Amino acid sequence: MSTIGYESWAVDMADVGPIYPFQGSEVLMVIVGVIFWLVWHRIQFVREGQHLEEARQQALDHERIQRSVERY
Amino acid sequence: MDGNLNALTTVFTEFYYWVTVVFMFLIHVGFCMYEVGASRRRNHMHTLMKNVMVIPLVTVTFFFFGWWIYWAFPMFPFFGGLDLEAGAANLPWAETMGPNAADRITGVFWAAFLLFSWTAASIVSGSVIERIRSSALWVHAVLIGSVWWIIDAAWGWHYGGWMVQYLGYHDAYASGVIHAIAGGYALGVITVLGPRIGKFADDGTPRDIPPHNPWMLTIGIFLIYTGFWGFYAACNVPAISPEAIGGQITGDTWTATNIYLAPTSLSAITFNFLMSLSGGLMMAYVVSRGDAFWTFSGGLAGVITASAGNDLYHPIQAMLIAAAGVFIVYRLHYWVEKRFKLDDAVGAVAVHGYAGVVGLIISGFVLWGAPSSPYEGYAAINPLGQTLGAAIMFLGLGFIPAFVVAKMQAAAGVLRIPEEVELQGLDYAEHHAYEDAQAEIIAADKEFLANKVTPAE
Repeated sequence: MSTIGYESWAVDMADVGPIYPFQGSEVLMVIVGVIFWLVWHRIQFVREGQHLEEARQQALDHERIQRSVERY
Repeated sequence: MDGNLNALTTVFTEFYYWVTVVFMFLIHVGFCMYEVGASRRRNHMHTLMKNVMVIPLVTVTFFFFGWWIYWAFPMFPFFGGLDLEAGAANLPWAETMGPNAADRITGVFWAAFLLFSWTAASIVSGSVIERIRSSALWVHAVLIGSVWWIIDAAWGWHYGGWMVQYLGYHDAYASGVIHAIAGGYALGVITVLGPRIGKFADDGTPRDIPPHNPWMLTIGIFLIYTGFWGFYAACNVPAISPEAIGGQITGDTWTATNIYLAPTSLSAITFNFLMSLSGGLMMAYVVSRGDAFWTFSGGLAGVITASAGNDLYHPIQAMLIAAAGVFIVYRLHYWVEKRFKLDDAVGAVAVHGYAGVVGLIISGFVLWGAPSSPYEGYAAINPLGQTLGAAIMFLGLGFIPAFVVAKMQAAAGVLRIPEEVELQGLDYAEHHAYEDAQAEIIAADKEFLANKVTPAE
């Protein structure tokens, strides 16, 4: 058994096509990959929302804003 | 060179490796920038010079004996003697180790391996900044760059190496043979060297020592990414015929191969370099909550994790393996730092060592059963072989030799700088001429101003 479909390289390279593991699972791999990508966006939206809310609360401190503006 | 086609292939191959060497120089530029950016202002020159001098020291020793080790050691010492015949053409006094019209490949191939040697030494250099003696680091640089890594390359990164033959070891773009060993080596040194003053609070809580210049780090790591492209290309044989390989491949269709002379393509590794870089960056951003330096390092760690199998992975597999590796590496770094009070100034043990080990183990499962070589009788790629290989790289040839040599240096009092100098800063201690000259010229300018310029009313 070989995950890439070849157990030896005793082949004519003219006859060889894909050599990646789990051929036939391309659609499944794309689905998993797309889920990874979309979950990443979801995590970022949630975290950035929390972060900005915390920053907004801190920004109610007038002196802190003044210092930030003066710091340029 | 017989015939036009052979001549063209030889000249193309010669030029191909030469280009990779030029690209890989950027890795060292990047490491220098990263280290200097990470160091505090009082240690700039020392940090820079420590890494710059790795270049000549590893180069000359790699010429004297490192390159010979690669050709002589594939079965030595456990499964045969030294291959003196293969080694003969790579001895420093061999005719092929110089301008020779009958051999256009040895020089560029030697240089490609040499640039890997610099990288191995430079990985160690980053983790020990601001407290190691340069003289001690340079001994380690020669040992990792011209001895230990090239032994592991002979065993596991050579078409006839015993690890490839008997373990089915597969490490196409050096997760283990460069990164795991260098990370393990760095761990061995910092275990003996100890942390920088102030790194840990009295209760053992680690303190962050921020880089003095984050932009140098940013440019540095992007240069390392760029050089890494060259490294990937250098790990391939660009075009070779089945006849020249002399293995089991039939027919007369030429192919690109990995270092084991097994088929892959430049296109495959281009897909996988970019997808593993992306998977690493995305996971590092999430797991570090947007920390810039961990995100950049995570991109690198992602590529390193996937590198063992990036000749064969599907690009989505490369992305997911990189992401999984970075998650593990990040958690492991902070656990080890807190548990063992180890100060790895640039995260080299994690980004290179842990990522390399994790990548090897994962590749054993994902590539299970695939041929490790085009030659008959070699073991197939398997999880046990990859795990043993990871242990040989990280512990056997990395951590243990480093620990022993560092202990000897510590016993001799030549490993670590004095506390007073560490607090004062190495630039004044070792580069006092520059500091003194600077102070003198500033004083002279002030005196000139006081005498010649009248302050405004």
